[in-house]
Parts: sequence; structure tokens; C-alpha cells
Amino acid sequence: MRSILFALLFAPLVALAAGGEIKLKSANIDPNDAVSIQRGARTFVNYCLNCHAASYMRYNRLQELGLSEQQIKDNLLFAGDKVGETMTIAMPRKAGEQWFGVAPPDLSVTARSRGADWLYTYFMTFYRDDSTLTGWNNLAFPNVGMPHVLWELQGMQRLEAPAAGEDGHGGAAATGHAKLVLAQAGTQPPAQYEQTIRDLVNYLVYMGKPMRAQRLQIGTVVLFFLSILLVLTWLLKREYWKDVH
Amino acid sequence: MSRVQALLAWVDERFPLTATWKQHLSEYYAPKNFNFWYFFGSLALLVLVMQIVTGIFLTMHYKPDAREAFASVEYIMRDVPWGWAIRYMHSTGASMFFVVVYLHMLRGLMYGSYRKPRELLWILGMLIYLCLMAEAFFGYLLPWGQMSYWGAQVIVNLFAAVPWVGPDLAVWIRGDYVVSDATLNRFFAFHVIAIPLVLLALVALHLVALHEVGSNNPDGVEIKKKKDASGRPLDGIPFHPYYTVKDMVGVVVFLMVFSLIVFFAPEMGGYFLEHNNFVPADPLKTPQHIAPVWYFTPFYSILRAVPPLLGSQFPGVLAMGLAVVILFFMPWLDRGNVKSIRYRGGVYKTWLALFLVSFVVLGYLGVKPTNVWGQFGAWLGGAERAVVVARVCTLLYFLFFLLMPWYTKIDKTKPEPERVTT
Repeated sequence: MRSILFALLFAPLVALAAGGEIKLKSANIDPNDAVSIQRGARTFVNYCLNCHAASYMRYNRLQELGLSEQQIKDNLLFAGDKVGETMTIAMPRKAGEQWFGVAPPDLSVTARSRGADWLYTYFMTFYRDDSTLTGWNNLAFPNVGMPHVLWELQGMQRLEAPAAGEDGHGGAAATGHAKLVLAQAGTQPPAQYEQTIRDLVNYLVYMGKPMRAQRLQIGTVVLFFLSILLVLTWLLKREYWKDVH
Repeated sequence: MSRVQALLAWVDERFPLTATWKQHLSEYYAPKNFNFWYFFGSLALLVLVMQIVTGIFLTMHYKPDAREAFASVEYIMRDVPWGWAIRYMHSTGASMFFVVVYLHMLRGLMYGSYRKPRELLWILGMLIYLCLMAEAFFGYLLPWGQMSYWGAQVIVNLFAAVPWVGPDLAVWIRGDYVVSDATLNRFFAFHVIAIPLVLLALVALHLVALHEVGSNNPDGVEIKKKKDASGRPLDGIPFHPYYTVKDMVGVVVFLMVFSLIVFFAPEMGGYFLEHNNFVPADPLKTPQHIAPVWYFTPFYSILRAVPPLLGSQFPGVLAMGLAVVILFFMPWLDRGNVKSIRYRGGVYKTWLALFLVSFVVLGYLGVKPTNVWGQFGAWLGGAERAVVVARVCTLLYFLFFLLMPWYTKIDKTKPEPERVTT
């Protein structure tokens, strides 16, 4: 018991000391760009929503993005789900664990824990690695269980080791210095792939915080109301306090 | 006699309605020189009511079940009409409760509001603060995210460090060998029923005690000493309407700050809602960095700063507990001959400043890993800078209290005025 306590108390220190995190690329998304989010939704439904569920996200919520129910049914509903249902998948958790070592997580709120920049970096830094189970590895998420599902779009990247002599310590190659090079071109040129990923990340961020647009709108009205109330309460206070000396 | 007056008379014969109204509002005389710092008591009351009301609505949809809790929170955020607003109000309210209570307590420190005859008032306030910490701790488990889970795991394990009975005590608290569904259920019970009941009772007692002794003020002088012919304090004004209308201004300003957070930055950059808490609790996956929510971090820092003894973390746990308990003794630690900081000398002011800086630095370090500032050179054995700083701050934190009887006595104070100033 005591050793568990000890491990728990110091787990955060140890884990952080070991963290060799890479510098994140800026996702640079525009959460007000509904068209970008729509494109991202399409990518999400086409590529992600086979292994990953988004079981808190209802299809018909996408109407917030200016899509009609019919458009959602025609373009985004594949699995025979109803438009009022959430984005679930047919793949059982057990199968996911067997195939990838870990069941693919639900992505409804992943953007809230990982952040847009991390997601963007993650999608940009897949590379071929024959030593892993799937043949793919990732700089943001080393030894990730997920293969590069978008490889046909991006093409195939390889990790080029840092130039010899650059790392004076003679230890493991520092990933910060390692470089990814595109070894085989994909169907999308790099600039287009970046946009695809930006849209996808934009969608994931949107999905994590639905109601965001309404929240900001209502917040503005609330603050407007409160500022008027502030003036009124201030005048009331001043009126009453006239006779306090 | 109008019908309303007749009804009031009917009630007054059976219940002291008018008398209570007079005693606590229209004829409760408060010093006329309250400043900015005196808004936070009424604001704490406001937040308490807000937490109870939003909490009631949350319990209508929340499921205290390890398999459903996380999903039910997302259900509230998405499918319950206005659920997102209620939930963000509740999560923001938790943090803002501590903001206003910390400012309220600082006011007490600055103006000596804990001094005779307000010792019981202070102790009741401290009990409220303890309840508030328990309430926040129990509530934080309910969303059943990774930080909920592992935060609870770490805190409950602190009890396991108590010699002899520790491990059994921890199992007794959790109701299981690890934090589990049983823990979630009992924490839910504590969060929605047990602690709020105690909290409400204590707040009522706090107010009764306040209205018995009367409010202190920025000058720290008793307004009851100077009364007019009809027995009203010369420097007092009726709480209602003067302070009700003044507090309304404070309430609106507070609500503006509150709304800015709820509507525009509900996560407050990960301080009010931690990023990792959007990952469902996983007993098999310890997060890389477990940090409590910001309002507990000064005490968490003290826990980390105290070195273990014979492989036991108990000294740290003890220090953390003492850091809170020692505040109860303020009325008897302070031997100064004035109450308010306005008439204190430089010695007290320096110590109060050191205490505040230590508290803030400890709070900051508590959210960071201990290697946040790197290491000292070989001349200090390569020690972690942040650990050394946390130890110095912990020492200062305790010295502020332990040396108080001495330095408040030798402090060169200025004479207090007879009446309040403006």
C-alpha cells in the first residue's frame, strides 16, 4: 500500500522528467469558418469514423454549420444511422484492442484534452517505421497504435536521422533534430494536405465544444445587459448614499 | 390598517418576521466606511446560492455511476437544453467561490477581523472554508475524467500515510481498494447532501455571530463604542438599504467577471477545467502530470516540499494539514495593540507581504512539475530550484504564524483613531 502511495505521489515527477516532447506546429484554425468545419466533418466521417466513434456527437447537430438535414443524410450518413443518432461505430472494442493493441478512443472531446496544435502536429508527423506493428510511427505520439490512415493523401514520410556529429552525446537520436522528408508523394500536394488537416482539426475542435458559437453570442448579450444594470445599480447606490456623511 | 399590514401583524403575532428583518437588515448597523474588500462576504453568499441552484439542475441529469458519469456530463453539455450554461456556471462557480473566499479571508487578515470579540466568527468562517474544500474535492470526482480520478486517488492516498491505521483508513474512505464506482457514489452523496447541509448551517451561524458582534471595518475600531442618544452607533448605517444597494453594484461587477469566464473562457486556460479531465477516467493509465485544481495547489506544494521521513510521506501530509489548521489560531497568535493594517508598523506589513508572496508562489509551483525552473549548479548539489523555493516559501508560510506573537508585539504601531475615517 505504502509503495503504491509513493508511486502515486511521485508519478507526476518521474513521468515529466522523462517527457521528450516535440515542438508543436501551430494549427492556425479559424473556428468561425463553417465551410472549413464542414470539409473537416467529411474527412472525419470518411476516414476516422470507422475505428473511432464520437458517441456524444449527434449527426443532426451539424445543422449548426448551416447544413440541411437532407445534406447531412446524403453526404455524411453512411452506416445506416438515423440523423438524430450519435456517431457510433460497428467495430467492437475487443476487436480494436486485438488489432491495434488498444481500442481506438472516442473522439468527441479529444480536442479539448489534446489541443488543436497537438492534433495538427500529430497528423503531420506520421512516418514509415518498419519496426512497428503497423509499419507507421509518429513524432507527436511515439509508437502510436494507429496506422497513418490518411497516407494516400499525404504520401509517405521517412524520418531522416540527424547529421552525424551534430549530437555530441552519442546517445539516442534526438527527435528534435530529426527531419521528416516526403519519400513518396500522395494524391494531395503538401499545401492541400495541410489544408485537409487544418479542416479536420477544426472539425474536431468544433465537436469538442458544440454550442460555442451560441455561447459567445449569448455571452455578448448578457454582458450588454449587465453593463446597463451596472449603470442603474450605481445610480441607485449614489442616490441612497447621498445622506451618508 | 391596510390588508397587507393586517397580514403582517397576523404573522408577527406568530413568528418574529418584522423583528428578524429589523435585527438583521433594516436595523443592523454596519460601519459606514466599508471599502472594496467588504464586497466578498455577500459575493460568497451569492456564489453559494448559485452553486446550490445550478447543482440541483445538474443532479437532474447527472448519473453517479462509473460507467455513465462521464457520458452523462457530455449529455448535459450537448443534449440538455441550456445544460452547457448550467454546467459551466457550476464549474466556474467552484473556482470563483475560492476566489471570493480567499479575498474575504485576506480582508480578515488585513483588518484584524479575527480579533476579539470576533474569534468565534473567524472560527466559524474557517469551518466554512474546510467544508468548502471538502465540497470541492468530492465534487471534482463526479465528472469522472482522468484528473477527477487520479486527483481523488492521490488525495485519498494521503490518508494512507497516517501511521498504523492509514491503509485501512484509505479503504474506508474509498469503499474499495482503488477509487471505483463505490467511491463515486459516496462522493456524490457527500457532495450533494452531507456537506451542503453542514455548509448552510455554518453560513447561518457565521451570519448570526457576525450580527451579534457587529462588522469590523478598515480602521479596526469598534463603532459600538460611540453611540447617539437613541443608542445607534454614530459611525453605523443600517445595512438595508445602504449596503444592500451598494452590494448590488458589487454583484453586477462580479457577474460581469463571472459571465466573461462562463461564456468566453469556461476552461480558463486549463485552470478551472483541466484539459486532461476531458479524457474518461482510466484506472489502468496514470496521467503524466497529476495536479490538483488551482485552489488547492498552495497546500499541495507544501505537501511536496516537506521531505519524507523514513520513507513515509506522513510529515508532508501533516504539514499540509497544519497549514490549514494553524489559521484557526489567528485570534490568539496576534498580540498587536491595533487591528487594522492601517495602523500597524512595518514589521507586520513585511511579514504579511512575505506570507502572501509565499502563498502565491506555492500556488504557482503546485500546478507545475518540480523541475519547472531547472536545477541549481553543483554548489547546491544540483537541487531542483523549484523544490528549494517551495521549501523556503513553506518555511515563511509557517513562520508568519509561529512568530506572530512576537513580531506583532514589537511592531511600532500608530495610534488608532477614536472614530472611523473615510
